[in-house]
Amino acid sequence: MKLILFYLRKLFAVVKNEVIVLPSRVAVIFFFLFILLLPFFTDDIYILRIFTLASIFAIFAASWDLLSGFTGQMNFGHALFFGVGAYSAALLNLHLQIPPWGSIPLGALVGVAAGLIIGIPSLRLKKTYLALTTLAFPIILLGLVFTFPGFTGGELGISGIDKLAPTRVQEYYIIAVLMLGLCTIMWAITDSNTGIIFHAIREDEIAVRASGVNTTRYKLMAFCLSGFFAGIAGGLYAHFMRIAGPSTLEVSLSFQVVIWAIFGGAATIYGPIAAVFFLYPLVEFMHVLKDYRILMFAFIVLLVLLFMPDGLFRWLRDRVEEECPRCKVRNIATRKICRVCTAQLH
Amino acid sequence: MSLVVDIIISGVISGSIYALLAIGFSLIFGVARIVNIAHTAFYMVAAYCIYAITNYLGWPVVPAMFIAVIFSVILGMVTYKLLLNPIREHEGAVLIATIAIAMIFEQIMSLIFTGTFLSVPKLVEGFFAVLGVKIFYQQLLTLCAALAIMLVLLLFLFKTKFGLAIRSTAQDREVANLMGINESYVAMITMGISVGLAAVTGAIVVPLTILEPHMWNPPLIMMMAVVVLGGLGSLKGSFVGAFILGFAEAFVVFVFPMGAFFKGSVALSIMILVLIIRPEGLFGVYFEEER
Repeated sequence: MKLILFYLRKLFAVVKNEVIVLPSRVAVIFFFLFILLLPFFTDDIYILRIFTLASIFAIFAASWDLLSGFTGQMNFGHALFFGVGAYSAALLNLHLQIPPWGSIPLGALVGVAAGLIIGIPSLRLKKTYLALTTLAFPIILLGLVFTFPGFTGGELGISGIDKLAPTRVQEYYIIAVLMLGLCTIMWAITDSNTGIIFHAIREDEIAVRASGVNTTRYKLMAFCLSGFFAGIAGGLYAHFMRIAGPSTLEVSLSFQVVIWAIFGGAATIYGPIAAVFFLYPLVEFMHVLKDYRILMFAFIVLLVLLFMPDGLFRWLRDRVEEECPRCKVRNIATRKICRVCTAQLH
Repeated sequence: MSLVVDIIISGVISGSIYALLAIGFSLIFGVARIVNIAHTAFYMVAAYCIYAITNYLGWPVVPAMFIAVIFSVILGMVTYKLLLNPIREHEGAVLIATIAIAMIFEQIMSLIFTGTFLSVPKLVEGFFAVLGVKIFYQQLLTLCAALAIMLVLLLFLFKTKFGLAIRSTAQDREVANLMGINESYVAMITMGISVGLAAVTGAIVVPLTILEPHMWNPPLIMMMAVVVLGGLGSLKGSFVGAFILGFAEAFVVFVFPMGAFFKGSVALSIMILVLIIRPEGLFGVYFEEER
């Protein structure tokens, strides 16, 4: 009893001293609550479907950020992981009758293998060469998909896959909770020592190697981790849409994820997630504009970038928060002195 | 035997088209470090312009081509000045800005011309036969035009003062700036030249191909593969790479049944194999890393 009280008091203290004081953390809390409570406010299948897909793409965009945003290994073919995850989950489910809870993690493991395969050329290629090479991989796979339509379903894709759960609300909860969990894990990875090494590899790989870090291992690790998370997203997508088609491997999906991630702010994890939850419903709700909606989407992206080239959400965060020049702790922008070391702000 | 002729004709034509596109892409990358995804979108814009001028205004094809190229060059320079120049320091932002620009062009084209397949009449009719293979005069014309444009570009880059400025900016931006070259001006003109090349490619390809709003996608990927295969920033590399991939595609299409489905895969696999052996491409210039 006392122990529980102790932890409760500790939780209360953390919330009071570390969460409430920063608008970005409050926003994260609200985001969690919004995602978890959404079905209580609406049971509109259409809205739930939009947010379910947004959750899937949020995992996907965050996994791109984990790889390309953090380690700077520009991946233009991120749809490969998504497509590999979707196709292998679908094939495993259809031919071996493995239920979704088995086929999705197995699909993610295939994603890890894909990450290794892409990762190996990346060890020698730099920057733009790497970006343009990775672009090739999903297209090669797409060619194979079209060449063997008997096994892969060709243009139509693989349909008749098991549902994730009987009702839409259950599906929403499975995917939303997974999204929150996986994104928290990705954030934790990037916030750990590994994440610092990822950052350092992007900034100056030679210096990192000179400090005695095996950058090869870390780069491959980034590829595998990213492949894992994107593979899960792909598997979820296949089971949610109940079809794994060539659209999961298309160039436009690879570009889309880059747009989401950079629009939100690369190398932040929260940026891409927020960007997906901002842009995806926006595009869906713009269906009143009919033919103009993709045009509007492109214009919005272009204009936002013109004024906030570091990404929308990073820009927003820098407006409401300020870093203490002495102890590097973040403070709300309205404060005059730092909340930890009482140094003068700005 | 006719198979060989088929492969050679088709390979030479697609090779020369890829070469033109890749050289333009490589130029702007070298000078301004912009990975211009919208490059082939300009090619599409020029092609649609020609269609619009010949169909709605009733003009003949040749002046329509000139107007289309000029229009695309102006469009390219304005886009660069307004949308890309302000964010040039942010690599990622430039990248998705060019993707967004390409999407905008695609959408505008599909709004104006709808998604239907369109075509433009050939400049010259007729064909002659070599070993039982039809070779259209239009194909020969396209080939000659492509080679002529490449020759002019080479003369411009290697024999004029401005060409020297472009090459030196590509080699080292800062030093070029210190030597009194107005780097942002050079970048804008290079963007114009690069888009101009894409537009010219569009103009000479348009009688051979079908117009549709997604037509910028397939050449984009092949163009990027060519550029990487040949080595970024190397004109010779782009030229050689384009013909290697052009012939590889033609070979796969004509030799294997179903070849059209995996021609891209084969070409891209060749690119990856070359890169694994030579990470900087066939004739890659190793750029000084900007730290």
